[in-house]
This record gives sequence, C-alpha cells and structure tokens, in this order.
Amino acid sequence: MTDHDHSSSAVISEGMTIRRAKASDLSQIVALDEKVTTIAKPDYWQDIFERYATRRLDERMFLVAEAQEYKPDFPVLGYIVGEIRGWEFGSEPCGWIFAFSVEPGTRERGVGEKLFEAISDEFKAAGIRSMRTMVARQNQLHMAFFRSEGMVAGTYIQLEKELDD
Amino acid sequence: MQKSSRLAIYALIELATDPDRQVTVSEIGDKYRVSAHHLAKVMHTLGRAGLVRSIRGVGGGYSFCGNAKRTTLLDVINLFEDTSNDCKLADPSKATMPEWALFDVTSEINDIANATLGSITLATMLKQIERRRHSDKHQTRVQASA
Repeated sequence: MTDHDHSSSAVISEGMTIRRAKASDLSQIVALDEKVTTIAKPDYWQDIFERYATRRLDERMFLVAEAQEYKPDFPVLGYIVGEIRGWEFGSEPCGWIFAFSVEPGTRERGVGEKLFEAISDEFKAAGIRSMRTMVARQNQLHMAFFRSEGMVAGTYIQLEKELDD
Repeated sequence: MQKSSRLAIYALIELATDPDRQVTVSEIGDKYRVSAHHLAKVMHTLGRAGLVRSIRGVGGGYSFCGNAKRTTLLDVINLFEDTSNDCKLADPSKATMPEWALFDVTSEINDIANATLGSITLATMLKQIERRRHSDKHQTRVQASA
C-alpha cells in the first residue's frame, strides 16, 4: 500500500506491526499528537517515553502501530500507552489505558483495534483480568471506539469539584 | 426510553444485521411482540431519517440503508423523544431552589446517559449481541459438561 491509498476503507493489516515504542518514534508521536490535539508537547512525550518505554516494562506498555510499507515517510500510525495500577481506592490491580491515538487519515481501518488487542494481550499475559480508561463525556470519538471494543461503564464513578479561589 | 425508541432500535438492529435482506413490518412485529400498526409508524420515521428504505411489492419490506458505524443509539432516540435537559423543569421562571437542585441532579444523570447512548453505534450493538451469544453458548457448554 502507498500514501495514495488514504481514501480506501480497507483494513490495514498487511505489513503493520504493533511493537514497543523506540526513541526514534518520538518525533512522529509528538507530531501525531499535535495533529490531533493542535498542541505540541515534546517535553511531555519525552517524559512519558522515559517512564513508560524504558523502565518497569513488565507493567508499563507504550505500544506503537507501524506500517513501513504503507507510509514509509511516517510509519507510526498510532500509539497506545498503559500500565498496571494496583490498589488505588482498594481496586485490585488492573490495566489502565491513559493515552491512545490513531493517525486521522487511517482511522476505521483496524489500527486502533490492533493496538487495543495488543495491550489487552499484554495485560492478560501479566495476569490482569480487567482494564480501565477515562474519557471525557464529549469525546465521542474515543468513547465510541472503546465501546466498540467491549468496554462498558465500570465499578467506579469519576467525581470532581471546582476549587474556589 | 419510550417504546417507539426501543422499537426503532430493535428494528434497526434486525435490519442492520443483514443490510441485503428485506424484512416486513409484520415479521419484526411478531418477533418483538408489538403491533404492526405501531411499528409501521416507527418505520416511517426511520425512513424519513434515511436509515431504512422500503421496497414495495411481493417480497418487499424494509432494508437498512444507514451507516451502522456512524449511527448511535442517541441519534435514533432523538428521532422520537426530547433527550435534552430542557424538558426536565416544568416552568423555570417559577422554579424554587429545591426544584433547581433536583434539576441539577437529574441533568447530571441525563448527561451521563446521553454520553453513553451517544457513544454506542448500531455496529457496536451488533458486536455486543455477538459477544452475548458467544457467552451464552459458552455457559451452555459449561452447564452441559457439569
């Protein structure tokens, strides 16, 4: 496949690999995040990379989807970051997904699904039985994606309060 | 959720399972134990929304023509009822503080419900049905082997 195939709706599976993030992916991850959020956060991603891709890798997962043949100049099509957290508010250890994005031009083509499956497999291999995430109510894109992957409202409710001056 | 909304979702799931298939109103009505008369009105609304098309004549019926990956449960429900918070307070100009306080609580619940319904597409419902079917089969096998 080539860059010219962006309008296609075919699932990208041939030649796509899901692997752990490498330092050389960082510039593409920062660019993808900036494209989606319109804010460039190189320092944030450097820190995330150091914490989640270089240490305690048995419980921290920073995965990227790469398709060299499909997009040779920008092969990172998406990423997902998560970790195993335990005993927060009495919760048994569970998998947490806290960052996830797919290149807008390749959405609905199986990239996110493969990333989600891969991190699910990593959590399962680590003996984890459930996974969680937190999504803004208005973020229908992520809400719809996680729902389509079988995630439902969990046993915790997120609460917040505006702090007075 | 009103009965018309529920029927619409059932009918859309029925049709979206196989978009090439044409299903009559009476077939869907029999399956979900509802009158063909009530269902016909629901199907008419779905037709106007561009989610189903009707084919007349022998072998005719309705078929799905929407986008199952883009149509959410909230999209369907909004065709039949008002899901906004506006309708939750009878007369805002005369509302008391307790009424406003209860309005705040019901609005919070409504916002969460709408966010949930707005994130579940018909395609996700089809996947959920498959998962449930798979889980039921698994349980049946476990019970049979026990």
